[in-house]
Amino acid sequence: MKYFRLVWAGLWRKKVRTILTMLSIVFAFLLFGLLQGINQGFNQQLQRLDVDRMYVTPRNGQADPLPISYYEQIKAIPGVKAVAPWTYFGGYFQDARNPIPAFATEARALFEVYKELEIKPEYLDAMEKTRTGALVRDTLAAKYGWKIGDRVPIGTSIWTQKSGGSTWYLDIVGTFGASAYGGGFPSFYLNQSYFSEAAAFGNHQTSLYVLRVEDPRQAASVASAIDTKFENSNAETRTESESAMMQRQLKQVADINFIANTIAGAVIFTLLFLTANTMMQSVRERTSELAVLKTLGFSDGKVLVMVLVEALMLCLFAAAIGLFLAGAVFTAPQLRAVLGALGMPTIVLVMGGAIAVGLALVSGLPPAWRAKRLNIVEALAVR
Amino acid sequence: MTALVTLRNITKSYTRGKQKVEVLHGVDLDIESGEFLALMGPSGSGKTTMLNLIAGLDRPSSGEVSVNGERIDRLSRGALADWRARHIGFVFQFYNLLPVLTAESNVEVPLLLTNLSRSQRRQRVKTALELVGLSDRARHKPGELSGGQQQRVAIARAIVADPTLLVCDEPTGDLDRQSAEEIMNLVQALNRRHGKTIVMVTHDPKAASFASRELHLDKGRLAENVARDAA
Ligand SMILES: Nc1ncnc2c1ncn2[C@@H]1O[C@H](COP(=O)(O)OP(=O)(O)OP(=O)(O)O)[C@@H](O)[C@H]1O
Ligand SMILES: [Mg+2]
Repeated sequence: MKYFRLVWAGLWRKKVRTILTMLSIVFAFLLFGLLQGINQGFNQQLQRLDVDRMYVTPRNGQADPLPISYYEQIKAIPGVKAVAPWTYFGGYFQDARNPIPAFATEARALFEVYKELEIKPEYLDAMEKTRTGALVRDTLAAKYGWKIGDRVPIGTSIWTQKSGGSTWYLDIVGTFGASAYGGGFPSFYLNQSYFSEAAAFGNHQTSLYVLRVEDPRQAASVASAIDTKFENSNAETRTESESAMMQRQLKQVADINFIANTIAGAVIFTLLFLTANTMMQSVRERTSELAVLKTLGFSDGKVLVMVLVEALMLCLFAAAIGLFLAGAVFTAPQLRAVLGALGMPTIVLVMGGAIAVGLALVSGLPPAWRAKRLNIVEALAVR
Repeated sequence: MTALVTLRNITKSYTRGKQKVEVLHGVDLDIESGEFLALMGPSGSGKTTMLNLIAGLDRPSSGEVSVNGERIDRLSRGALADWRARHIGFVFQFYNLLPVLTAESNVEVPLLLTNLSRSQRRQRVKTALELVGLSDRARHKPGELSGGQQQRVAIARAIVADPTLLVCDEPTGDLDRQSAEEIMNLVQALNRRHGKTIVMVTHDPKAASFASRELHLDKGRLAENVARDAA
């Protein structure tokens, strides 16, 4: 440790260059932290998804709805603990520029399927008793200043009512929290029964069903029981666990894993040359200083280690800042809203640390070797 | 009593490309403990080469180098590094301080290789800087000091670990007359008052006159040996 000051001073020999190199490393690791953080975060969230929560979707693609008559039939299948229809409603508040992510459902069942939704039991009771009731996520209620008891007009360009109107007047009977499911979780629910009764068309259909099985081990048998039941009907079903469905959908968008690894890999590869160049230049400029240290009795091995430690300090210090910044970005409310309570996964910090050490060793070794081999007499000769 | 430093039939040659150039052709020399030897001679005569052999920075092509009874021509590179740390203090023409460190940190560098504690090191650094009269510049970096002051710091660094032998290669070569004289007074005091054995290479007869003995090296041979009383 007594050599620390010596190594530290060497590192800051050319302040501007060191700072620029550090900034590059900081940004590279910030990027690495963000990409891998999101990637690992998704992976972890996929794993965290309930295996006992399952989706029944139309086998022929999402555009075709499922009959609402399946509701009672699925409910009756052994092993199904709760099932809720999930009917896309859409709509807007006051103006088409204020879209409302609204769905029609059976609230009590839905809140049983999504166990981590936070709601007071009396709101669910009220929802059952109020035909035109609506449950609203706390964040949405706050956004428009809605209170329980308010009657809100929800416009729609799809679902005209039998009465001819295209504005649905719904009574807010309760609010709920959904922080466990992230910002994307739909925030507005009306009663499926009211929708079926009042809509001019589409009232015998739903987009999909969500259900919870009594025991995760029964998931496969319940899924095949449902799909078998509706086999060869007009609307065949595909029943799968939530995580399987999310994975399938994510893969359709992009292979996040692949993208994250490729970008991070390319950035770090570039960084390798940059850091190696900085270290080599810095050692070249210090030829006579290193020769003086050797003259004073510093062994070849010691000089080698000092240059390596310098590279380590440069890389680890900057990488730590980059990863710290990435971690800070993950706590930003805007990101929280999209990704939910997604923190910087520890595995990413460990990976980042390992990469920083590797970077330091690979880029520090050539100059360190040069410093070790340096011949005192030749380096000090003035001619 | 044997001399502190003995060179016996030393030759040293360098290979430059395909050519082999012999720089020293059979040098014999004894330096007694407490001596202050000035080594003079024309440029290219091999003064620095000889000093490097005495200081264990390089090894002879043939012949023996003993310091304090130890055959240093037989030591390995690594062992020589340790040996230098314990026995040799260096003063160079261009000071060769580390520009990023303060004067006191520069002086401390050789002590990092010892087992001294932090406070012991600090005490030694303080004493060395006092000895060269630069206590008030301890926190300055080399760039903030004059040439003469930098050379004082270098001298403090050379003596801080209390070496057996002090070697100086043209210590006044880069200094004006006034500073050169101050430096030579300081080096002479180290010899006379503190009993340091000193070998100094110089071009400058005035600097050489501070020494207790003068030797001339010409084309790789010790051509003349002027022993005199420096009063
Ligand atoms: N590492 C080396 N490789 C090849 N030749 C060398 C090397 N070091 C010194 N020489 C040659 O050896 C000869 C003596 O060099 P040395 O540096 O000992 O001379 P010097 O007396 O100190 O000269 P100066 O007064 O200019 O410092 C010169 O011809 C020099 O070119
Ligand atoms: Mg010379």
